[in-house]
Amino acid sequence: MDLIWEGLRKALALLLTLDPEVLRITGLSLLISGAATLISLAIGLSAAVAVALNEFPGKRLAIALLNTGMGLPPVVVGLFVTILLWRSGPLGSLGILYTPSAMVLAQAVIASPIIAGISLSALQHLPPGLRLQILALGASRPQMVWLLLKEARLPLLAAVMAGFGGVISEVGASIMVGGNIKGQTRVLTTATVMETGRGNFDVAIALSLILLVLAFSVNAVLTHLQQRGQRR
Amino acid sequence: MNRPACLRLGLAFGVALASAHLSAAPPAPKAIILATTTSTQDSGLLDEIIPLFERQTGYLVKTIAVGSGQALAMGRRGEADVLLVHSPEAEKALVADGAGIHRRIVMHNDFVLAGPPADPAGVAKHTAVEAFQRIAASRSLFLSRGDHSGTHAQELRLWKAAGISPDGQTWYQQTGQGMGQTLAIAAEKRAYTLSDRGTYLALRKQLDLPVLHEGDPSLRNTYHIIEVNPARFPQVNGAGARAFADFLVSKAVQARIKEFGIATFGSPLFFPDADAPGADAGRR
Repeated sequence: MDLIWEGLRKALALLLTLDPEVLRITGLSLLISGAATLISLAIGLSAAVAVALNEFPGKRLAIALLNTGMGLPPVVVGLFVTILLWRSGPLGSLGILYTPSAMVLAQAVIASPIIAGISLSALQHLPPGLRLQILALGASRPQMVWLLLKEARLPLLAAVMAGFGGVISEVGASIMVGGNIKGQTRVLTTATVMETGRGNFDVAIALSLILLVLAFSVNAVLTHLQQRGQRR
Repeated sequence: MNRPACLRLGLAFGVALASAHLSAAPPAPKAIILATTTSTQDSGLLDEIIPLFERQTGYLVKTIAVGSGQALAMGRRGEADVLLVHSPEAEKALVADGAGIHRRIVMHNDFVLAGPPADPAGVAKHTAVEAFQRIAASRSLFLSRGDHSGTHAQELRLWKAAGISPDGQTWYQQTGQGMGQTLAIAAEKRAYTLSDRGTYLALRKQLDLPVLHEGDPSLRNTYHIIEVNPARFPQVNGAGARAFADFLVSKAVQARIKEFGIATFGSPLFFPDADAPGADAGRR
Protein backbone atom coordinates (compact mmCIF):
# COMPACT_ATOMS: atom_id res chain seq x y z
CA MET A 1 0.00 0.00 0.00
CA ASP A 2 2.81 2.39 0.88
CA LEU A 3 4.07 2.00 -2.64
CA ILE A 4 0.75 3.07 -4.14
CA TRP A 5 0.62 6.19 -1.96
CA GLU A 6 4.21 6.89 -2.86
CA GLY A 7 3.23 6.50 -6.54
CA LEU A 8 0.29 8.87 -6.10
CA ARG A 9 2.53 11.45 -4.47
CA LYS A 10 5.11 11.03 -7.24
CA ALA A 11 2.43 11.36 -9.93
CA LEU A 12 1.16 14.58 -8.39
CA ALA A 13 4.69 15.90 -8.04
CA LEU A 14 5.53 15.06 -11.67
CA LEU A 15 2.32 16.68 -12.88
CA LEU A 16 2.44 19.76 -10.67
CA THR A 17 6.07 20.52 -11.48
CA LEU A 18 5.26 19.99 -15.18
CA ASP A 19 8.21 17.63 -15.51
CA PRO A 20 9.30 18.18 -19.13
CA GLU A 21 10.11 14.51 -19.74
CA VAL A 22 6.72 13.36 -18.46
CA LEU A 23 4.93 16.06 -20.46
CA ARG A 24 6.75 14.98 -23.59
CA ILE A 25 5.94 11.31 -23.03
CA THR A 26 2.29 12.13 -22.35
CA GLY A 27 2.01 14.41 -25.38
CA LEU A 28 3.62 11.82 -27.61
CA SER A 29 1.25 9.09 -26.38
CA LEU A 30 -1.72 11.30 -27.19
CA LEU A 31 -0.33 12.34 -30.57
CA ILE A 32 0.58 8.83 -31.74
CA SER A 33 -2.58 7.13 -30.53
CA GLY A 34 -4.74 10.05 -31.70
CA ALA A 35 -3.25 9.93 -35.20
CA ALA A 36 -3.58 6.14 -35.29
CA THR A 37 -7.23 6.37 -34.21
CA LEU A 38 -8.05 8.96 -36.89
CA ILE A 39 -6.39 6.86 -39.59
CA SER A 40 -8.20 3.78 -38.27
CA LEU A 41 -11.47 5.68 -38.32
CA ALA A 42 -11.02 6.38 -42.03
CA ILE A 43 -10.04 2.79 -42.81
CA GLY A 44 -12.43 1.09 -40.39
CA LEU A 45 -15.46 3.14 -41.36
CA SER A 46 -14.81 2.63 -45.08
CA ALA A 47 -14.47 -1.10 -44.55
CA ALA A 48 -17.60 -1.26 -42.42
CA VAL A 49 -19.64 0.70 -44.97
CA ALA A 50 -18.32 -1.40 -47.84
CA VAL A 51 -19.20 -4.66 -46.10
CA ALA A 52 -22.52 -3.51 -44.60
CA LEU A 53 -24.01 -1.95 -47.73
CA ASN A 54 -22.92 -4.45 -50.35
CA GLU A 55 -23.86 -8.03 -51.02
CA PHE A 56 -21.01 -10.15 -52.27
CA PRO A 57 -19.90 -13.74 -52.08
CA GLY A 58 -17.86 -14.39 -48.99
CA LYS A 59 -19.50 -11.59 -47.01
CA ARG A 60 -19.85 -13.81 -43.96
CA LEU A 61 -16.21 -14.71 -44.19
CA ALA A 62 -15.31 -11.01 -44.44
CA ILE A 63 -17.36 -10.26 -41.32
CA ALA A 64 -15.79 -13.18 -39.46
CA LEU A 65 -12.33 -11.92 -40.44
CA LEU A 66 -13.13 -8.38 -39.27
CA ASN A 67 -14.42 -9.69 -35.96
CA THR A 68 -11.32 -11.82 -35.53
CA GLY A 69 -9.22 -8.77 -36.31
CA MET A 70 -10.76 -7.01 -33.33
CA GLY A 71 -8.76 -9.34 -31.15
CA LEU A 72 -5.50 -9.00 -33.06
CA PRO A 73 -2.74 -9.40 -30.49
CA PRO A 74 -0.56 -6.26 -30.41
CA VAL A 75 2.67 -8.26 -30.09
CA VAL A 76 1.82 -10.15 -33.28
CA VAL A 77 1.18 -6.86 -35.06
CA GLY A 78 4.41 -5.49 -33.61
CA LEU A 79 6.42 -8.46 -34.81
CA PHE A 80 5.09 -8.33 -38.36
CA VAL A 81 5.34 -4.55 -38.68
CA THR A 82 8.93 -4.77 -37.38
CA ILE A 83 9.85 -7.40 -39.96
CA LEU A 84 8.18 -5.36 -42.74
CA LEU A 85 10.03 -2.20 -41.71
CA TRP A 86 13.45 -3.77 -41.17
CA ARG A 87 16.20 -2.44 -43.39
CA SER A 88 16.20 -5.80 -45.09
CA GLY A 89 12.38 -5.95 -45.13
CA PRO A 90 10.03 -5.00 -47.99
CA LEU A 91 9.33 -1.53 -46.55
CA GLY A 92 12.86 -1.01 -45.27
CA SER A 93 13.56 1.81 -47.70
CA LEU A 94 11.07 4.00 -45.82
CA GLY A 95 13.50 4.02 -42.90
CA ILE A 96 10.74 4.56 -40.35
CA LEU A 97 11.44 1.71 -37.92
CA TYR A 98 11.99 3.10 -34.38
CA THR A 99 10.18 6.35 -35.23
CA PRO A 100 6.74 7.61 -34.17
CA SER A 101 5.52 6.94 -37.73
CA ALA A 102 6.11 3.23 -37.26
CA MET A 103 4.14 3.33 -34.02
CA VAL A 104 1.25 5.14 -35.73
CA LEU A 105 1.33 2.46 -38.43
CA ALA A 106 1.30 -0.45 -35.97
CA GLN A 107 -1.40 1.11 -33.81
CA ALA A 108 -3.52 1.83 -36.89
CA VAL A 109 -3.28 -1.86 -37.81
CA ILE A 110 -4.52 -2.72 -34.31
CA ALA A 111 -7.32 -0.14 -34.14
CA SER A 112 -8.70 -0.41 -37.69
CA PRO A 113 -10.38 -3.81 -37.24
CA ILE A 114 -11.74 -2.73 -33.84
CA ILE A 115 -13.39 0.35 -35.37
CA ALA A 116 -14.46 -1.60 -38.45
CA GLY A 117 -16.00 -4.42 -36.42
CA ILE A 118 -18.02 -2.23 -34.07
CA SER A 119 -19.06 0.12 -36.91
CA LEU A 120 -20.16 -2.84 -38.98
CA SER A 121 -22.45 -4.21 -36.31
CA ALA A 122 -23.76 -0.68 -35.70
CA LEU A 123 -24.64 -0.30 -39.38
CA GLN A 124 -26.14 -3.77 -39.57
CA HIS A 125 -28.22 -3.01 -36.52
CA LEU A 126 -30.03 -0.13 -38.25
CA PRO A 127 -33.63 -0.91 -39.27
CA PRO A 128 -33.43 -2.76 -42.61
CA GLY A 129 -36.01 -0.52 -44.29
CA LEU A 130 -34.14 2.69 -43.50
CA ARG A 131 -31.80 2.42 -46.46
CA LEU A 132 -34.61 1.90 -48.98
CA GLN A 133 -36.57 4.73 -47.43
CA ILE A 134 -33.66 7.16 -47.75
CA LEU A 135 -33.02 6.13 -51.33
CA ALA A 136 -36.73 6.40 -52.12
CA LEU A 137 -36.64 9.99 -50.91
CA GLY A 138 -34.18 10.69 -53.69
CA ALA A 139 -30.92 10.75 -51.79
CA SER A 140 -27.71 10.08 -53.69
CA ARG A 141 -25.57 7.17 -52.51
CA PRO A 142 -23.06 9.35 -50.59
CA GLN A 143 -25.97 11.16 -48.94
CA MET A 144 -27.50 7.83 -48.01
CA VAL A 145 -24.22 6.63 -46.45
CA TRP A 146 -23.91 9.88 -44.54
CA LEU A 147 -27.43 9.64 -43.16
CA LEU A 148 -26.89 6.05 -42.11
CA LEU A 149 -23.65 6.98 -40.32
CA LYS A 150 -25.43 9.82 -38.63
CA GLU A 151 -28.16 7.48 -37.52
CA ALA A 152 -25.56 5.13 -36.04
CA ARG A 153 -23.40 7.87 -34.48
CA LEU A 154 -23.79 6.55 -30.93
CA PRO A 155 -22.23 3.15 -31.50
CA LEU A 156 -19.80 4.74 -33.98
CA LEU A 157 -18.41 6.98 -31.28
CA ALA A 158 -18.23 3.93 -29.07
CA ALA A 159 -16.14 2.34 -31.83
CA VAL A 160 -13.77 5.32 -31.81
CA MET A 161 -13.44 5.07 -28.04
CA ALA A 162 -12.74 1.35 -28.21
CA GLY A 163 -10.14 1.91 -30.93
CA PHE A 164 -8.42 4.70 -29.03
CA GLY A 165 -8.59 2.75 -25.78
CA GLY A 166 -7.04 -0.22 -27.52
CA VAL A 167 -4.01 1.64 -28.80
CA ILE A 168 -3.30 4.14 -26.02
CA SER A 169 -3.07 1.22 -23.58
CA GLU A 170 -1.10 -1.21 -25.75
CA VAL A 171 2.56 -1.80 -25.13
CA GLY A 172 3.65 -4.86 -27.10
CA ALA A 173 3.65 -3.34 -30.57
CA SER A 174 4.78 0.11 -29.45
CA ILE A 175 7.89 -1.18 -27.73
CA MET A 176 8.81 -3.41 -30.68
CA VAL A 177 8.40 -0.92 -33.53
CA GLY A 178 9.19 2.20 -31.49
CA GLY A 179 12.05 0.88 -29.39
CA ASN A 180 11.17 3.03 -26.33
CA ILE A 181 13.80 5.58 -27.34
CA LYS A 182 14.10 8.45 -24.91
CA GLY A 183 12.75 11.70 -26.33
CA GLN A 184 11.69 10.04 -29.58
CA THR A 185 9.43 7.05 -29.18
CA ARG A 186 8.98 6.71 -25.44
CA VAL A 187 5.28 6.73 -24.60
CA LEU A 188 3.43 6.18 -21.32
CA THR A 189 3.07 2.42 -21.64
CA THR A 190 6.63 1.69 -22.76
CA ALA A 191 8.03 4.04 -20.13
CA THR A 192 5.98 2.21 -17.49
CA VAL A 193 7.47 -1.12 -18.54
CA MET A 194 10.97 0.33 -18.45
CA GLU A 195 10.59 2.04 -15.07
CA THR A 196 9.20 -1.19 -13.62
CA GLY A 197 12.26 -3.00 -14.96
CA ARG A 198 14.45 -0.38 -13.36
CA GLY A 199 12.72 -0.89 -10.05
CA ASN A 200 11.39 2.69 -10.02
CA PHE A 201 7.96 1.50 -9.01
CA ASP A 202 6.86 4.95 -7.82
CA VAL A 203 7.57 6.47 -11.24
CA ALA A 204 5.90 3.49 -12.92
CA ILE A 205 2.78 3.97 -10.81
CA ALA A 206 2.85 7.71 -11.52
CA LEU A 207 3.02 7.06 -15.28
CA SER A 208 0.17 4.54 -15.02
CA LEU A 209 -2.00 7.06 -13.21
CA ILE A 210 -1.26 9.68 -15.85
CA LEU A 211 -2.20 7.14 -18.52
CA LEU A 212 -5.50 6.44 -16.76
CA VAL A 213 -6.26 10.15 -16.44
CA LEU A 214 -5.40 10.69 -20.11
CA ALA A 215 -7.61 7.80 -21.26
CA PHE A 216 -10.40 9.07 -19.05
CA SER A 217 -10.14 12.64 -20.36
CA VAL A 218 -10.25 11.60 -23.99
CA ASN A 219 -13.19 9.31 -23.36
CA ALA A 220 -14.97 12.00 -21.35
CA VAL A 221 -14.73 14.36 -24.32
CA LEU A 222 -15.95 11.67 -26.73
CA THR A 223 -18.76 10.65 -24.39
CA HIS A 224 -19.79 14.28 -24.11
CA LEU A 225 -19.99 14.48 -27.90
CA GLN A 226 -21.90 11.21 -28.01
CA GLN A 227 -24.44 12.10 -25.37
CA ARG A 228 -24.98 15.63 -26.70
CA GLY A 229 -26.01 14.05 -29.97
CA GLN A 230 -28.31 11.79 -28.00
CA ARG A 231 -30.25 14.53 -26.23
CA ARG A 232 -30.88 16.58 -29.34
CA MET B 1 -23.78 20.33 -44.11
CA ASN B 2 -21.50 21.09 -41.26
CA ARG B 3 -20.76 17.64 -39.94
CA PRO B 4 -19.23 15.99 -42.98
CA ALA B 5 -16.93 19.01 -43.31
CA CYS B 6 -16.00 18.51 -39.69
CA LEU B 7 -15.24 14.84 -40.27
CA ARG B 8 -13.21 15.54 -43.38
CA LEU B 9 -11.25 18.15 -41.48
CA GLY B 10 -10.59 15.61 -38.77
CA LEU B 11 -9.34 13.05 -41.26
CA ALA B 12 -7.20 15.62 -43.03
CA PHE B 13 -5.76 16.55 -39.65
CA GLY B 14 -4.95 12.95 -38.93
CA VAL B 15 -3.18 12.44 -42.21
CA ALA B 16 -1.32 15.73 -41.80
CA LEU B 17 -0.25 14.69 -38.34
CA ALA B 18 1.01 11.36 -39.59
CA SER B 19 2.90 12.91 -42.48
CA ALA B 20 4.34 15.55 -40.17
CA HIS B 21 5.79 12.66 -38.22
CA LEU B 22 7.16 11.15 -41.39
CA SER B 23 8.89 14.36 -42.36
CA ALA B 24 10.01 14.95 -38.77
CA ALA B 25 11.88 11.63 -38.85
CA PRO B 26 15.57 12.42 -38.89
CA PRO B 27 17.42 11.90 -42.15
CA ALA B 28 18.83 8.39 -42.20
CA PRO B 29 22.59 9.08 -42.36
CA LYS B 30 22.56 11.05 -39.11
CA ALA B 31 20.79 8.39 -37.09
CA ILE B 32 22.53 5.42 -35.48
CA ILE B 33 20.79 2.34 -34.18
CA LEU B 34 22.51 1.09 -31.04
CA ALA B 35 21.41 -2.39 -30.04
CA THR B 36 22.37 -3.04 -26.46
CA THR B 37 21.49 -4.95 -23.34
CA THR B 38 18.84 -4.04 -20.81
CA SER B 39 21.53 -3.71 -18.12
CA THR B 40 23.15 -0.66 -19.74
CA GLN B 41 19.78 1.04 -20.06
CA ASP B 42 18.21 -0.05 -16.77
CA SER B 43 21.26 1.13 -14.82
CA GLY B 44 20.83 4.61 -16.34
CA LEU B 45 24.35 4.68 -17.81
CA LEU B 46 23.22 5.30 -21.38
CA ASP B 47 20.94 8.15 -20.35
CA GLU B 48 24.03 9.88 -19.03
CA ILE B 49 26.40 9.19 -21.93
CA ILE B 50 24.27 9.34 -25.07
CA PRO B 51 23.08 12.96 -24.78
CA LEU B 52 26.79 13.95 -24.57
CA PHE B 53 27.53 12.09 -27.79
CA GLU B 54 24.53 13.58 -29.55
CA ARG B 55 25.57 17.09 -28.55
CA GLN B 56 29.16 16.55 -29.64
CA THR B 57 28.54 14.91 -32.98
CA GLY B 58 25.01 15.77 -34.09
CA TYR B 59 24.19 12.10 -34.54
CA LEU B 60 20.89 10.87 -33.21
CA VAL B 61 21.19 7.59 -31.30
CA LYS B 62 18.28 5.17 -31.36
CA THR B 63 18.92 2.91 -28.40
CA ILE B 64 17.18 -0.43 -28.62
CA ALA B 65 17.60 -2.14 -25.24
CA VAL B 66 17.11 -5.88 -25.60
CA GLY B 67 18.96 -8.97 -24.45
CA SER B 68 22.45 -9.50 -25.84
CA GLY B 69 21.11 -12.41 -27.87
CA GLN B 70 18.61 -10.23 -29.71
CA ALA B 71 21.10 -7.36 -30.04
CA LEU B 72 23.60 -9.70 -31.69
CA ALA B 73 20.87 -11.11 -33.94
CA MET B 74 20.05 -7.56 -35.06
CA GLY B 75 23.73 -7.06 -35.84
CA ARG B 76 23.88 -10.31 -37.79
CA ARG B 77 21.05 -9.07 -40.03
CA GLY B 78 22.43 -5.56 -40.41
CA GLU B 79 19.41 -4.13 -38.56
CA ALA B 80 21.60 -2.22 -36.12
CA ASP B 81 24.72 -0.10 -36.67
CA VAL B 82 26.60 -0.69 -33.46
CA LEU B 83 26.29 -3.17 -30.60
CA LEU B 84 27.16 -2.77 -26.91
CA VAL B 85 26.86 -6.29 -25.51
CA HIS B 86 28.20 -8.74 -22.94
CA SER B 87 28.13 -12.21 -24.41
CA PRO B 88 31.77 -12.84 -25.35
CA GLU B 89 31.45 -16.18 -27.15
CA ALA B 90 28.52 -15.07 -29.31
CA GLU B 91 30.38 -11.80 -29.99
CA LYS B 92 33.44 -13.64 -31.24
CA ALA B 93 31.23 -15.75 -33.48
CA LEU B 94 29.67 -12.60 -34.94
CA VAL B 95 33.08 -11.11 -35.69
CA ALA B 96 34.40 -14.40 -37.11
CA ASP B 97 31.35 -14.51 -39.34
CA GLY B 98 32.26 -11.07 -40.73
CA ALA B 99 29.01 -9.35 -39.73
CA GLY B 100 30.73 -7.51 -36.89
CA ILE B 101 34.03 -5.64 -37.05
CA HIS B 102 36.35 -3.79 -34.72
CA ARG B 103 35.29 -5.44 -31.45
CA ARG B 104 36.70 -3.36 -28.60
CA ILE B 105 36.48 -3.74 -24.84
CA VAL B 106 34.59 -0.94 -23.08
CA MET B 107 34.09 -1.85 -19.45
CA HIS B 108 33.29 -4.63 -17.04
CA ASN B 109 31.55 -5.33 -13.84
CA ASP B 110 30.68 -8.73 -12.48
CA PHE B 111 27.82 -11.11 -11.98
CA VAL B 112 26.51 -11.83 -8.51
CA LEU B 113 24.49 -14.77 -7.26
CA ALA B 114 21.55 -13.42 -5.30
CA GLY B 115 19.12 -15.52 -3.32
CA PRO B 116 16.89 -15.91 -0.29
CA PRO B 117 18.37 -14.47 2.93
CA ALA B 118 18.34 -17.91 4.62
CA ASP B 119 20.55 -19.35 1.84
CA PRO B 120 19.02 -22.87 1.95
CA ALA B 121 21.58 -24.25 -0.50
CA GLY B 122 24.51 -22.79 1.44
CA VAL B 123 26.27 -21.17 -1.52
CA ALA B 124 28.08 -18.45 0.38
CA LYS B 125 31.54 -19.90 0.96
CA HIS B 126 32.16 -21.78 -2.26
CA THR B 127 33.32 -21.16 -5.79
CA ALA B 128 30.72 -20.18 -8.35
CA VAL B 129 30.66 -23.66 -9.87
CA GLU B 130 30.28 -25.30 -6.46
CA ALA B 131 27.51 -22.84 -5.62
CA PHE B 132 25.59 -23.95 -8.70
CA GLN B 133 26.17 -27.61 -7.81
CA ARG B 134 24.82 -27.00 -4.30
CA ILE B 135 21.70 -25.29 -5.68
CA ALA B 136 21.06 -28.32 -7.88
CA ALA B 137 21.80 -30.81 -5.10
CA SER B 138 19.45 -29.10 -2.65
CA ARG B 139 16.85 -28.60 -5.40
CA SER B 140 16.50 -24.95 -4.39
CA LEU B 141 14.43 -22.82 -6.75
CA PHE B 142 16.60 -21.10 -9.37
CA LEU B 143 15.26 -18.48 -11.76
CA SER B 144 16.87 -18.25 -15.17
CA ARG B 145 16.45 -15.34 -17.56
CA GLY B 146 15.96 -17.87 -20.35
CA ASP B 147 16.15 -15.11 -22.98
CA HIS B 148 19.56 -15.67 -24.61
CA SER B 149 20.86 -12.55 -22.90
CA GLY B 150 24.48 -12.20 -21.87
CA THR B 151 23.51 -13.06 -18.31
CA HIS B 152 21.68 -16.15 -19.50
CA ALA B 153 24.74 -17.21 -21.51
CA GLN B 154 26.93 -16.78 -18.43
CA GLU B 155 24.51 -18.84 -16.35
CA LEU B 156 24.52 -21.64 -18.92
CA ARG B 157 28.34 -21.63 -18.91
CA LEU B 158 28.28 -22.11 -15.14
CA TRP B 159 25.78 -24.99 -15.32
CA LYS B 160 27.94 -26.61 -17.95
CA ALA B 161 31.05 -26.20 -15.82
CA ALA B 162 29.11 -27.67 -12.89
CA GLY B 163 28.20 -30.68 -15.03
CA ILE B 164 24.47 -30.16 -14.58
CA SER B 165 21.75 -29.83 -17.20
CA PRO B 166 19.01 -27.97 -15.35
CA ASP B 167 16.49 -27.91 -18.22
CA GLY B 168 13.20 -29.52 -17.29
CA GLN B 169 13.99 -29.77 -13.58
CA THR B 170 11.18 -28.60 -11.33
CA TRP B 171 13.50 -26.36 -9.33
CA TYR B 172 14.70 -24.57 -12.48
CA GLN B 173 12.35 -21.97 -13.94
CA GLN B 174 12.75 -19.51 -16.80
CA THR B 175 11.21 -16.05 -16.62
CA GLY B 176 11.94 -15.02 -20.20
CA GLN B 177 12.16 -11.44 -18.95
CA GLY B 178 14.72 -8.74 -18.34
CA MET B 179 17.07 -8.66 -15.35
CA GLY B 180 14.98 -6.20 -13.33
CA GLN B 181 11.81 -8.27 -13.64
CA THR B 182 13.68 -11.50 -12.97
CA LEU B 183 15.20 -10.11 -9.77
CA ALA B 184 11.77 -8.96 -8.60
CA ILE B 185 10.30 -12.40 -9.28
CA ALA B 186 13.22 -14.10 -7.53
CA ALA B 187 12.65 -11.93 -4.46
CA GLU B 188 8.94 -12.82 -4.43
CA LYS B 189 9.50 -16.54 -4.94
CA ARG B 190 12.55 -16.74 -2.67
CA ALA B 191 14.67 -18.10 -5.48
CA TYR B 192 18.31 -17.89 -6.47
CA THR B 193 19.21 -15.97 -9.59
CA LEU B 194 22.29 -14.71 -11.39
CA SER B 195 22.40 -10.97 -12.03
CA ASP B 196 24.82 -8.41 -13.35
CA ARG B 197 25.95 -6.18 -10.51
CA GLY B 198 24.77 -2.96 -12.17
CA THR B 199 21.11 -3.94 -12.35
CA TYR B 200 21.32 -5.56 -8.91
CA LEU B 201 22.66 -2.39 -7.28
CA ALA B 202 20.09 -0.26 -9.06
CA LEU B 203 17.28 -2.44 -7.66
CA ARG B 204 18.76 -3.41 -4.31
CA LYS B 205 16.63 -1.08 -2.21
CA GLN B 206 13.38 -2.75 -3.33
CA LEU B 207 14.57 -6.32 -2.98
CA ASP B 208 14.79 -8.66 -0.05
CA LEU B 209 17.37 -10.64 -1.98
CA PRO B 210 20.93 -10.41 -0.69
CA VAL B 211 24.02 -11.23 -2.72
CA LEU B 212 25.10 -14.63 -1.43
CA HIS B 213 28.04 -15.26 -3.69
CA GLU B 214 30.39 -12.88 -5.45
CA GLY B 215 33.97 -12.24 -6.39
CA ASP B 216 34.74 -15.48 -8.23
CA PRO B 217 36.93 -14.68 -11.26
CA SER B 218 34.58 -16.71 -13.47
CA LEU B 219 31.82 -14.19 -12.72
CA ARG B 220 33.45 -11.37 -14.62
CA ASN B 221 31.04 -9.55 -16.93
CA THR B 222 32.69 -7.77 -19.83
CA TYR B 223 31.05 -5.34 -22.25
CA HIS B 224 32.36 -4.90 -25.77
CA ILE B 225 31.41 -2.49 -28.51
CA ILE B 226 31.13 -4.00 -31.99
CA GLU B 227 30.50 -2.13 -35.21
CA VAL B 228 28.29 -3.82 -37.76
CA ASN B 229 30.19 -4.34 -41.01
CA PRO B 230 29.08 -1.69 -43.54
CA ALA B 231 30.86 -3.59 -46.31
CA ARG B 232 28.41 -6.44 -45.83
CA PHE B 233 25.30 -4.36 -45.16
CA PRO B 234 25.27 -1.20 -47.31
CA GLN B 235 22.40 0.31 -45.27
CA VAL B 236 24.51 0.30 -42.11
CA ASN B 237 25.75 3.68 -40.93
CA GLY B 238 29.42 2.73 -40.64
CA ALA B 239 30.73 6.22 -39.98
CA GLY B 240 28.20 6.80 -37.22
CA ALA B 241 28.95 3.44 -35.66
CA ARG B 242 32.68 4.16 -35.67
CA ALA B 243 32.08 7.61 -34.16
CA PHE B 244 30.02 6.12 -31.35
CA ALA B 245 32.48 3.31 -30.66
CA ASP B 246 35.40 5.75 -30.62
CA PHE B 247 33.40 7.96 -28.26
CA LEU B 248 32.74 5.12 -25.80
CA VAL B 249 36.41 4.19 -25.50
CA SER B 250 37.58 7.81 -25.35
CA LYS B 251 39.34 8.98 -22.17
CA ALA B 252 36.56 11.42 -21.25
CA VAL B 253 33.78 8.87 -21.46
CA GLN B 254 35.82 6.17 -19.74
CA ALA B 255 36.25 8.63 -16.88
CA ARG B 256 32.47 9.18 -16.80
CA ILE B 257 31.88 5.42 -16.66
CA LYS B 258 34.26 5.17 -13.72
CA GLU B 259 32.30 7.80 -11.78
CA PHE B 260 28.85 6.63 -12.78
CA GLY B 261 26.65 5.36 -9.97
CA ILE B 262 28.88 6.40 -7.07
CA ALA B 263 26.61 9.27 -6.11
CA THR B 264 23.39 7.22 -6.39
CA PHE B 265 24.39 3.71 -5.34
CA GLY B 266 27.48 4.28 -3.23
CA SER B 267 29.72 2.28 -5.53
CA PRO B 268 30.50 2.37 -9.23
CA LEU B 269 28.37 0.13 -11.45
CA PHE B 270 30.93 -0.34 -14.21
CA PHE B 271 34.72 -0.31 -14.43
CA PRO B 272 36.24 1.21 -17.56
CA ASP B 273 38.56 -1.10 -19.49
CA ALA B 274 39.43 0.61 -22.73
CA ASP B 275 42.81 1.89 -21.56
CA ALA B 276 44.13 -1.36 -20.12
CA PRO B 277 42.13 -4.30 -21.42
CA GLY B 278 42.17 -7.17 -18.96
CA ALA B 279 44.74 -5.47 -16.73
CA ASP B 280 42.54 -5.55 -13.66
CA ALA B 281 41.04 -8.96 -14.12
CA GLY B 282 41.51 -9.89 -10.48
CA ARG B 283 39.91 -6.75 -9.12
CA ARG B 284 36.22 -6.25 -8.84
